[in-house]
Amino acid sequence: MSQTVTKKLMLFFPRCECEKPIIYHLVKDHNLVVNVYRAKVTPEEEGYLVLDVTGTEEDIERAMAFVKTFNVSINYTGKGVTVDMDRCTHCGHCITYCPTEALYIADEATREVAFSERDCIECLACIRVCPFGACASAF
Amino acid sequence: MKTYEQINDRIESGKAVVLTAEEIIDYVEKKGLAAAAKEVDVVTTATFGPMCSSGCVLNFGHSKPKIRMSEAWVEDVLVYTGLAAVDVYLGATQLRHGDPANMYHPGEFRYGGGHVIEDLVAGKTLQLFALSYGTDCYPLREIRTYFTIDDLNQAIMVNPRNCYQNYNVAVNDSDKTIYTYMGPLEPDRKNANYCSAGQLSPLLNDPYYETIGVGTRVWLAGTHGHVYAEGTQHAGGGERTPDGVPKDGAGTLALTGDMKQMRPEFVRGVTLRGYGVSLALGIGIPIPLLNEEILKRTCVRDRDILAPVIDYSTNYPQNTGKVISYVNYEQLRSGRIELEGREVAVGSLSSYHKALEIAHLLADEIRRGDFRLAEPIAPLPKDTTTKPLVIREKAS
Ligand code: SF4
Ligand code: SF4
Repeated sequence: MSQTVTKKLMLFFPRCECEKPIIYHLVKDHNLVVNVYRAKVTPEEEGYLVLDVTGTEEDIERAMAFVKTFNVSINYTGKGVTVDMDRCTHCGHCITYCPTEALYIADEATREVAFSERDCIECLACIRVCPFGACASAF
Repeated sequence: MKTYEQINDRIESGKAVVLTAEEIIDYVEKKGLAAAAKEVDVVTTATFGPMCSSGCVLNFGHSKPKIRMSEAWVEDVLVYTGLAAVDVYLGATQLRHGDPANMYHPGEFRYGGGHVIEDLVAGKTLQLFALSYGTDCYPLREIRTYFTIDDLNQAIMVNPRNCYQNYNVAVNDSDKTIYTYMGPLEPDRKNANYCSAGQLSPLLNDPYYETIGVGTRVWLAGTHGHVYAEGTQHAGGGERTPDGVPKDGAGTLALTGDMKQMRPEFVRGVTLRGYGVSLALGIGIPIPLLNEEILKRTCVRDRDILAPVIDYSTNYPQNTGKVISYVNYEQLRSGRIELEGREVAVGSLSSYHKALEIAHLLADEIRRGDFRLAEPIAPLPKDTTTKPLVIREKAS
C-alpha cells in the first residue's frame, strides 16, 4: 500500500448540496480519515467545510473526483485563518489562548511572534482575543 | 559626572555613545560601572502597549458660516466639545455611537476612540458630524464633512496617563471566564496576563525619577513630545525592593506630542473583548547617564523586577488590595509562572518586540544628532500615594 498523506481542504457547497452525506462517503467509500475543523451547513444556504483528510494519494484523488460531482468547489490552500503580520504587534497576547502553538514566540531574543498555518486547527480563539485585529477568518 | 549640556554637545557632534536598556546590562557587566559611566552617554528605554488614558485635541478650523460645536462625532465616535468653538477632545476609550457594548456579553468593541486616532495618524479620510444650538456669532447649527489630519490646524496628543512604572499580573480565581482590560481570564487561574516592558520600561530604569521629570523630551510614536506633568494616579511612594524598584504600578507620566508627525505603526487602536476599546502607543525615553548611580539603575534586569499577581474576579473589582504573590519578569516572559504550587500559562499585552524596536530607533536618532535631551523643569513626586474615592452618604 502506498503512503498516506494529510491534506487540508476547504469545500464550498452551493445551496442545494448541503443535505448530502458527503463526509460519510469520504470515510466509507474512500477510506479517508476525516478531521473537521469548521463547518457551516445550514439548509437553504451556502455552506462550507474546513477539514483534514488523511489517506493515500490515490484515495484522496478519487474522493475529490467524487466530491466534484456534487458541484462543490475545493480549495486546497486551506487558509481559513490568516494572521496579518503588518498588523501584528508581537504582543504575544494570543499565545496562551492558542491550543496548538500555531501562534508562538519565534525568537526569544526579539520576542517575535510567528504563525504556523500548518499547526492551526481554526479554533478562532486568536480572532476573539487579538487586541489589534491581526487575526482574521476567511468566513 | 556629566551634565545635560556636555551630553547634548556630544550628541550634536555625532559622538554620543548610546545603548539600549537591554544592551547596557551586558556592557556594564563586561566593562564595570566606572568605565561604562565614562564611556556611555545615554541609555534608551521604551514601551509599547495599551494606554487607556490617552487622547488628542483637534482643531478643525472655521466653516463658512461658522459653527460653535456643542456635540460632535468623528466616525460616529463622540468627542468632547466643552472647549472653544471648533476644538474637541477625542478620547481613546470612547465607544462608537450605537455600539451595543456588553449588552450581548462579551461585547466585541471593534471600533472606538483609539481606532479613530490610529486612522487619523494613518492619514485616512474621516467623517465629522457636529451639532450646535446656534448663536449670533456662530449661526450654523449642523455640519457634516470629511477631513484628514492634514486638514486640521492642530492634532495634538494629550495623554493624562502613560508609561506605568510597573504593572499588575492578572489572574481569575472564580469558576467562570471573566473579560477584563487585561484580556480574557479563564477560570481557576488557568492563565495570567501582564503588561510591561520590564527591563526596557522607562520608569523602571529611572526608579527615583532622577532624570525623567516634567519637561523631559520623549519619543512619542515616532515624533518628539514631552512630559507635561506627572501622570494621573502617579504614586511614587509605594513599596519598593531594596534596589528601589517599585513593586506596584507606582509612577506614571502625562505626555503630549504633535500627532501630525507620528508614525501609524506606533499608534494602534485596541479591542478588548468584553471590556472596551483603547489605544496602544509606542514610547521611548532617553536616560542621560549623569553619574554612576543613574547608570547602575539602568542595568535593572527582568529578574530584579517584581510584579504583583492579583485576582481580577473579586479582589481587583472590590478594591481589597490583596496580592496573591509577586513574580519577576523573567518568569513572566518564560510563558509560565508558578502560583501556590500550580503552573499558570502567561501571556502579555505589552509588546517587548516593539519596545525593543523603539529603543533602537531612539538610540539611532540620538547617535545621528537628531534627538537632543531636555533637562526636566520640575521633578516627579517620589512620596505620593493614590487616594481612594470615598462613597459618602451625604455632603458633610
Ligand atoms: S495577539 Fe495579535 S498582535 Fe498580539 S501577537 Fe497575537 S496576532 Fe500579534
Ligand atoms: S485559530 Fe486557533 S489554532 Fe489557529 S492560530 Fe488561532 S488560536 Fe491558534
